[in-house]
Amino acid sequence: MPSSSLALDGLIEITLTVNGESVTGRADARTHLVDFLRREFGLTGSHLGCEQGVCGACTVRLDGRIVRGCLIYAVQAAGRRVETIEGLSDSGEIADLQAAFHERNALQCGYCTPGMLLTAAELLAMRPNAGRAEIRRFLSGNFCRCTGYQAIVDAVDATAKRRQVARR
Amino acid sequence: MSGSAADGVPASPLSYLDRPNSYIGRSVARPNARRLLAGQGQYVGDIVLARMLHVAFYRSPHAHARIGRIDVAAAAASREVVWVVTGADILGICKPWVGVLGHLKGMKSAPQPALALDRVFAQGEPIVAVVARSQAAAEDAVQKIAVDFEALPPLTEPEAALAEGAPVLHPELGDNLAFERRIEVGAVDAAFAAAAAVVEDTFDFARQTGVTLEPRGIVADYRAADGRLTLYQSSQAPHMMRALMARQFGLPESDIRVVAPDIGGSFGIKIHCYPDEMATVALAILLKRPVKFVADRLESFVSDIHARGHRVRGRMAVDAEGRILAFVADALTGVGPYSAYPRTSAVEANQVINLIGGPYVFPAYRARARVAFQNKVVMSQYRAVGHPIACTVTEALIDRAAAALGLDPAEMRRRNLIKDDAYPVTSAVGLKFEGLSHHRALAKMLEMMDYEALRAEQAALRARGIHRGIGLASFIEITNPSPAFYGAGGAPIAAQDGCAIRLDPEGGLTLQASVGEQGQGTETVLAQIAASVFDVPLARVRVVTGDTDTTPQGGDNWASRAAGIAGEATLQATKALKANVLEIAGALLQMPPARLDIRDGKVVEAASGAARFDLAEIARMVYFRTDALPEGVKPELMATRHYVPRGYPFAFTNGVQASYLEVDTATGAVTLLKHWVVEDCGTVINPLLVAEQLRGGIVQGIGGALYEECVYDEQGQMQNANMADYLVPMAAEMPDIEIGHVAGTPTAESELGAKGTGEAGVAAAPAAVLNAVNDALRPFAARVTAQPMTPECILRALGKLPSRRGAAGPAFG
Ligand code: FES
Ligand code: FES
Repeated sequence: MPSSSLALDGLIEITLTVNGESVTGRADARTHLVDFLRREFGLTGSHLGCEQGVCGACTVRLDGRIVRGCLIYAVQAAGRRVETIEGLSDSGEIADLQAAFHERNALQCGYCTPGMLLTAAELLAMRPNAGRAEIRRFLSGNFCRCTGYQAIVDAVDATAKRRQVARR
Repeated sequence: MSGSAADGVPASPLSYLDRPNSYIGRSVARPNARRLLAGQGQYVGDIVLARMLHVAFYRSPHAHARIGRIDVAAAAASREVVWVVTGADILGICKPWVGVLGHLKGMKSAPQPALALDRVFAQGEPIVAVVARSQAAAEDAVQKIAVDFEALPPLTEPEAALAEGAPVLHPELGDNLAFERRIEVGAVDAAFAAAAAVVEDTFDFARQTGVTLEPRGIVADYRAADGRLTLYQSSQAPHMMRALMARQFGLPESDIRVVAPDIGGSFGIKIHCYPDEMATVALAILLKRPVKFVADRLESFVSDIHARGHRVRGRMAVDAEGRILAFVADALTGVGPYSAYPRTSAVEANQVINLIGGPYVFPAYRARARVAFQNKVVMSQYRAVGHPIACTVTEALIDRAAAALGLDPAEMRRRNLIKDDAYPVTSAVGLKFEGLSHHRALAKMLEMMDYEALRAEQAALRARGIHRGIGLASFIEITNPSPAFYGAGGAPIAAQDGCAIRLDPEGGLTLQASVGEQGQGTETVLAQIAASVFDVPLARVRVVTGDTDTTPQGGDNWASRAAGIAGEATLQATKALKANVLEIAGALLQMPPARLDIRDGKVVEAASGAARFDLAEIARMVYFRTDALPEGVKPELMATRHYVPRGYPFAFTNGVQASYLEVDTATGAVTLLKHWVVEDCGTVINPLLVAEQLRGGIVQGIGGALYEECVYDEQGQMQNANMADYLVPMAAEMPDIEIGHVAGTPTAESELGAKGTGEAGVAAAPAAVLNAVNDALRPFAARVTAQPMTPECILRALGKLPSRRGAAGPAFG
């Protein structure tokens, strides 16, 4: 069965795996992935800040790597694997990172937070020994208007250190 | 984090705040942050109601034009479009409003319509609204609207707008001057005549905007059956909005409910009435269906209020010892074509001349603030209104005077800061200071940053051609405004706040407060106060905010007033509830209530500490077994208190910031190395949250100092109205920010003693950074007096690019 097909009203039927579940939704060709996730599946944890690829609020995982959900068309995700903050929270995959954010108050309004967490999770997976400067650089595509970033850097840094200890 | 948690807590022996289980002064994490971390926040954009429609706006592409024919036929015929509406269509239900306040004498503005009528006065002004079944369909249809414009010459510069013979934007106003205020105190001319040194500069502050990551949004839901209007609004002021909507739409306030769900940042941006949001409400009423508007980022840049945008000429006279003899300041700003509703667009300029020289002793002051209409986006209040402008002008002049006299900048401040034992003090401008700690703060700062060592390092590096700068900036911050402010000016903006608190059947507390949460930690702070006063674990306190139906009437969130004002209301309400509980317990135990206490969630005998009741037992007995209560016992397990500060017009806080940075004199690039802040905000309820308010504010302030600018061309077109071109601070460029505390000066007006802390970071960061840049440039006899200090601006100062400003500043003083 193809993972996308054109329905009569011009909407495209798109089948993909979202947070481990196979789901089907409909969107027109120009709908971007985050609008699609929000509208079709109620996954409102992924936010929109610019719809221009600049702010990172829309960050989701596509086939295991983070992408800007506002720059990917929903149809491009057909047949692929998408993970969002909801999935990562439910699975417990980033529970330690979320706990570190909480302790350190690495969020205020929380609007940037899902994108920050997904981005930080990728950094921690790819570069488990990253130091503060590297953390700052890696997070530099994610805008946060509230925190001033230091608490976020602290939380990611603390998680990296805790994981290093746990690995020993 | 540096500093001890106990700093700033008053030492009164019987204070509720000093009990062993007190949460006051403890860095507890915010319970309400957990759902945000799991992506379970609910912001306005997430709200979907049955039968909900979406609205999108056709906005003016011109800064100034006459509107001719509007052709909406193609839009109206589009797929899924329900209604296309022009200004005249909603004029009947949504009259234009005027953003003036009675206490700002002489201020004027023109009626502002929700949708422009025959003229547009700024790029981005909404002209046509398209309502459709989906947002995409509404946006598509907007593209099909054709409007004939007769372009008019735009008036973009405030100087030009106020010049003799300038075309008047709103002829009925007579001229383009929205507001003017002058201050004259002491013998200014004599002070300048007698001065050992006079320093003077003209400072330019670019327009900025708030860039809340969540754009503005509203869902308006009007139910014709019962005449109820519910607004889900990304707003920091639901109570004010309810009152304004009642006035605007002729509905009783009791039929309006405003819900502020999770808010993705506000910073003053979400405290104003915007034409697009007013239009959305009008459409919902007319259509009798829920209508949703969420701004996209491109329209945010040309519809959210802008701020700062000032040119200030400042002069300062000092004697041979470096003592300040007088300040003169002339501030000019352009605020767009209308004064914002309801807080006006005059407050920032007014605040600038109020706050100049704020931390210092000086006997003479002359100031003028002028606010002009122009064809740009409306300007109004944004976080730390006026503070960064006043602070930068003041602190830059202080550094220049120090240099002129050969004094160290720290010593110059020491000689002029108001003495810590001088309070209460009324300043030359008439600001009343109850108690501040400038000298302690400065001493703490110099020690924390190791000032002497840093100066030595700077000198050593300078010899090697590395140009580093150290910048200091002392500041005052306005918090806890009293009723003398907006209420006296005629706006329905409360100075008081209320808290209702009840004991729940399981022994927990539910607290309903009139202030809200935008991520700063309001709910946590109030819970900490209630838990401390009542002496229950924090986990048993639940806080309800952001809903006018379920919270007491109050003043909402602005001017860092939540902790100080709503915090005191919470303290008093909790005390009242506790007294009720002890009275009931006393009746049950046949003991005088004074011999009982609540400790760690239990009613105990005060002397022995012996536990007598769990709170749940009392609650259940009162709620469900009233029959078992002794005669005459009142089942009052809910208490409400309101609080308003009246002794002082504002509670001022104070502090000092410092910046250490490096300037690359070849490229003009600035690298921030470190930033410090010491603040005294009175009683510290949660040091972690105070620290994060400061850090977030400092980074916003650094944004204004180095990056942020709404760039306009001569046609009044904003050139960088998108997030890629409007630069904001990102993680890699920001320094670590160290925070120090001094023994604080709690306000004695309230039992809690808390002042606010939300503006302090923004207030002085730009001044500290500017002074540091100029300190780095000192060997080149160059200095920067404009913000943002872009590489281009620094290269101009170094003479490596031609200088831009031709004409001198305005002639005054
Ligand atoms: S919304 Fe996708 S990067 Fe901003
Ligand atoms: S916490 Fe508000 S934008 Fe990051």
